[in-house]
Amino acid sequence: MVHPVLELKNVNKSFGPIDVLHDISLSVKAGEVLCLLGDNGAGKSTLIKTLAGVHKPSSGTIKMDGETITFDKPKDAADRGIATVHQFGGTFPLMSIGRSFFVGVEPVKKFGPFKVFDRKTANETAVKAVQSFGITRIDDGDRLIGGLSGGERQALAIARAVHFGARVLILDEPTAALGVKQASHVLRIVMEAKKRGIAVIFITHQVTHAMAVGDHFAVLIRGALAANFMRGERSREEITDLMAGGEALADLDDHMEPSSNQSAAAASLA
Amino acid sequence: MNNFLGNFLRRPEAGAVISLLIVAAFFVIFGGVQIDRFLGAASWVNFAANLGIVAIPVGLLMISGELDISIGAMIPAGSMTVAIVSGHYGLPISVGIIATLGLGVVIGLINGLLTVRTSVPSLIITLATLVAMQGIILSASVLLTGNASVPLEAPDWAKATFGILIGGSYQIVIIWWLGLAAVYCFFIHHTPVGNWLFAMGGDTESARNAGIPVEKMTITLFVLSSTSSAFVGMCGAILFNSAQVSGGMNYIFNAVVSVVVGGVLLTGGFGSVVGVFLGTITFAVVNQGIYFTDIDRNWSSLIIGVMLLLAVLINNSFRKFALSYSPSKK
Repeated sequence: MVHPVLELKNVNKSFGPIDVLHDISLSVKAGEVLCLLGDNGAGKSTLIKTLAGVHKPSSGTIKMDGETITFDKPKDAADRGIATVHQFGGTFPLMSIGRSFFVGVEPVKKFGPFKVFDRKTANETAVKAVQSFGITRIDDGDRLIGGLSGGERQALAIARAVHFGARVLILDEPTAALGVKQASHVLRIVMEAKKRGIAVIFITHQVTHAMAVGDHFAVLIRGALAANFMRGERSREEITDLMAGGEALADLDDHMEPSSNQSAAAASLA
Repeated sequence: MNNFLGNFLRRPEAGAVISLLIVAAFFVIFGGVQIDRFLGAASWVNFAANLGIVAIPVGLLMISGELDISIGAMIPAGSMTVAIVSGHYGLPISVGIIATLGLGVVIGLINGLLTVRTSVPSLIITLATLVAMQGIILSASVLLTGNASVPLEAPDWAKATFGILIGGSYQIVIIWWLGLAAVYCFFIHHTPVGNWLFAMGGDTESARNAGIPVEKMTITLFVLSSTSSAFVGMCGAILFNSAQVSGGMNYIFNAVVSVVVGGVLLTGGFGSVVGVFLGTITFAVVNQGIYFTDIDRNWSSLIIGVMLLLAVLINNSFRKFALSYSPSKK
């Protein structure tokens, strides 16, 4: 039997008297996209921080490839191939693409007794890595990160994680701050990462984005797993309802949609 | 040519070069400066060298997102230490030098450790060490020597290394400044360590997650700035054969102005050693060059104020320019 790349078993996390995560059991396989859905404050951030080695679970186990592991610091998780990409992707806006791509693992060449930062190799590698994800507009490694669009930054951050051998890619709300077109670029990159056999954990509260790329969905409500299902088992309305804690939010959508259809119709009539 | 100009304007030191040119042109046109006499003048070069040795590490700290103002007390502390140890007590000058640099390392460690271990901004921490050090220097000096000014007789080899006038007017620290600037420039712009520095200033948390030894780097930078200040103070004492308790406070503002004119972003993450170097020269030219002009020297502070504002504005717009830059489509 093939073990899932990453598996959580009965993980609890509490900060002092406050329980943040209750009994979470989840797994994600290679080449699979796990969508983690939940409203603000549902415990998504705590869960990904636990996976990334920032927090230690109060109880329960984390397994990689069937082997129980503990992370003492974020570096441990990173060394194991768990990479987190945050909402704003490139976090060093005033650094060049090549330099920020290699922060902490700079390529060097010998210069007498010294090791010199190899800017040319850094730039070429970074540009090639991001272009392989279909972002061909990035072609100069000397450009500053701050000059890239939100989608390009996400693409660069994902390409960076994959380049350095990420096996589990945690994407923290990658589409939240993006426009429709940029978001679709990012979703396409998620598909590309999946095709390369990377286990992707995609955190979002936009159900449509999740539906577009997800194989496996988990909904968190107040720190507990409210639902855990595979693609096609639930409808979009059901998921939206779940995220809102069972309240009939989808009804609201239904109310809104006919009215927007009406106004669209009215606009086309006018 | 166009591309060359564009590449130049996107660099952090562009603002410093332009301010330097503007100041020089202003002096020549309105001040009636003879350019050949001015270029060779020792006064501003000496001034720039002393300031520059302190300004570069202060600039690096600023790039990393920290600030060290205790340099104002470390300069007199450096000169007093060497004068008390080797002048008043008559110990060999090498002991005095080691004691001086050692004091710089200790104060740097205190600043660095406090900054890393507490969440207090380094401005406040170094303000505390600045005031505390002033108190220590004054009381220690009065207690040990009964005086606020201590004479020092340095042997020839120490004079030749740290405090000699080349050609009768150029201080030896100029050589130290040029050498140190070259070393800093190499490490910051051409080695991985330099990359770490910019990453720390950009986002400390991400830098730490990327495996960069942020704490060690921060402490090292504080040690560099406070040791450099002690070094400058020591060279002054050896050159002038005496040390005073007062002085040094001007260096705080002068160094910060030089660094900011040199294109370093106050909030960190952007800047260059060449920029700080040129910023220091610009500052020195205004501060000392005013004596070569027909302009009344009281105006120099006004010029520095205006120049600072202009340089910051220029640097801001160039940074925006650098951020929005993308190569034209072929």
